[in-house]
Amino acid sequence: MTLLTRRSALKLGLAGGALLATSPMAMAQLRIVVEGANFQPLPIAIPDFASSDPTFGREIADIVRNNLRRSGLFLPLDPASLPVKVGDVNGTPDFNVWRTSNVDALVMGSVERGGQITSSVRVWDTQQAAQVVGKSYNTDPNSARRIGHIVSDAIYEQLAGGTGYFDTRVIYTAESGPKANRTRRLAIMDQDGANVQYLTDGATMALTPRFSPNGDLVTYMNFAEGNPQVYLLQLSSGQQKRLANVGAMTFAPRFSPDGGTVAFSVEQGGATNIYSVGTSGGQPTQLTSGAAIDTGPSYSPDGGRIVFESDRGGSPQIYMMGAGGGNAQRVSFGQGSYSTPVWSPKGDLIAFTRQSGGQFHIGIMAPDGSGERLLYSSFHAEGPTWAPNGRVIMFFQDPGGNDGPRLMSVDIWGRNPLTVATESYASDPSWSGLRG
Amino acid sequence: MAIPAPFSTALRAAAMLFFVVVVAACSRSSNDAVGLTGAGNLGPGGGAPGSQQEFIVTVGDRVFFTTDSSSLTSEAMATLDKQAAWLNQYQNYRVLIEGHADERGTREYNIALGARRSSVVVNYLVSKGVNGGRITSQSFGKERPVAICNDISCWSQNRRAVTVVQ
Repeated sequence: MTLLTRRSALKLGLAGGALLATSPMAMAQLRIVVEGANFQPLPIAIPDFASSDPTFGREIADIVRNNLRRSGLFLPLDPASLPVKVGDVNGTPDFNVWRTSNVDALVMGSVERGGQITSSVRVWDTQQAAQVVGKSYNTDPNSARRIGHIVSDAIYEQLAGGTGYFDTRVIYTAESGPKANRTRRLAIMDQDGANVQYLTDGATMALTPRFSPNGDLVTYMNFAEGNPQVYLLQLSSGQQKRLANVGAMTFAPRFSPDGGTVAFSVEQGGATNIYSVGTSGGQPTQLTSGAAIDTGPSYSPDGGRIVFESDRGGSPQIYMMGAGGGNAQRVSFGQGSYSTPVWSPKGDLIAFTRQSGGQFHIGIMAPDGSGERLLYSSFHAEGPTWAPNGRVIMFFQDPGGNDGPRLMSVDIWGRNPLTVATESYASDPSWSGLRG
Repeated sequence: MAIPAPFSTALRAAAMLFFVVVVAACSRSSNDAVGLTGAGNLGPGGGAPGSQQEFIVTVGDRVFFTTDSSSLTSEAMATLDKQAAWLNQYQNYRVLIEGHADERGTREYNIALGARRSSVVVNYLVSKGVNGGRITSQSFGKERPVAICNDISCWSQNRRAVTVVQ
């Protein structure tokens, strides 16, 4: 058994993951071509996972099915329609049975709950009669759902390429109450909406939470002092503190890729400029100047540049500058206004909110402004955040009136817009990296 | 056809009460900030001279802006002139200027826009002789609308700066 070091996650809650030994280790062909106009999701058969507790086995298989279905790249088949109802990770499947059921991709899994939770999974290419994934994982007993997510990531990575994004969390603003006097507090959940925890009590308004790269530190906008101020909140300890004492109001924070710095907006006398400061304190550095509104800073993944929005030319547009400030280049030139730019984790794209034609749009463009593509349009939609693999975007949309906002996801090809279920209204999603 | 005098008086009183209730409802977020009093507790008419009620009802506690703008309209300047005169007469009050935006913008930008609007009002009041030391300001962005609907009739009421006397 080879110990996997694919994720530092394995060092913490997860005791270990291992490759399963197998006889036919042939290189399989089964792979999803994720781009292109003729895209079809891959039909995949996932029987319930074998377990001495069949309910638990079904629960884990449901997590995997749900993840893969929601990715839009897979079409999990109805488990009741499958020729085999429960997984078997020890034997080789009867490929003829699966071929005659038109199943190309087959997931056989098992899961047991003891002192630890152990799960094994094999993915088979039935046409090639070959295994494409064979792995086992151990985790502490409180991480049952994470086993489902880690198995989902393993399947996704092998069949769709790139890295997965299921073993992640989303921090967001939970909203409740009448629109004119709404309560807004921070909440955190698994990316599929499970395991919601509320982080602030709602006595004062809290907005725009953002994860640090390590997933433990959060920065957000806190109204406890009257005017909003940027705070740092450590999830593991619950401790929080104000980030910096500068200007009348501080807001729109975002971490640098190394997590050591926060870029944010400072308002003074009606002018809003961008500053940065170390998370451990020190003197903030002013990066932009002038009477305009400069806000929404987001670092490039290499930390060298900052994309932000500014209304220095009239309406809000997207600009680019070095991480130390200096001359900014305008990047967006389309009709209407552009705001909330967010650099993708891979660095190849910038997601944004655009307003034009009486609608809000979520879109992406290259960092030089070329290749703009609108992914979702509605009465209101704003605030994109990236899945760690750079293929899926989450944002929030609000139908208006007395209704409230909901989280949605869409992929970078504009396919598969989905509501993310939350128990209250929800806004300001921020997607974590793969959990460590 | 003349309405009998007692009835006419009652009608006027009812109309005045209705007006007060409507204004109180409109200024809900401001009243929250100073402790909401029930509509029935408000004094008659526009409130006693020098009272917060007088400021809200007779002077006018808010000014409105056009889309994405923080420029004062002539109507807004007229209201602020009256506010400045009242504040200069009643020096015992402090004021909080709340800046608000409508929901047709993104959250962070609107926080900044609300601050820009409150700043314009602060500067105007100071230019009319109100001591800057009496004035604080706060932006609520688009988070505290007073009018809820999906068209300009509401958005135009939400793009506002409210002067809350304290």
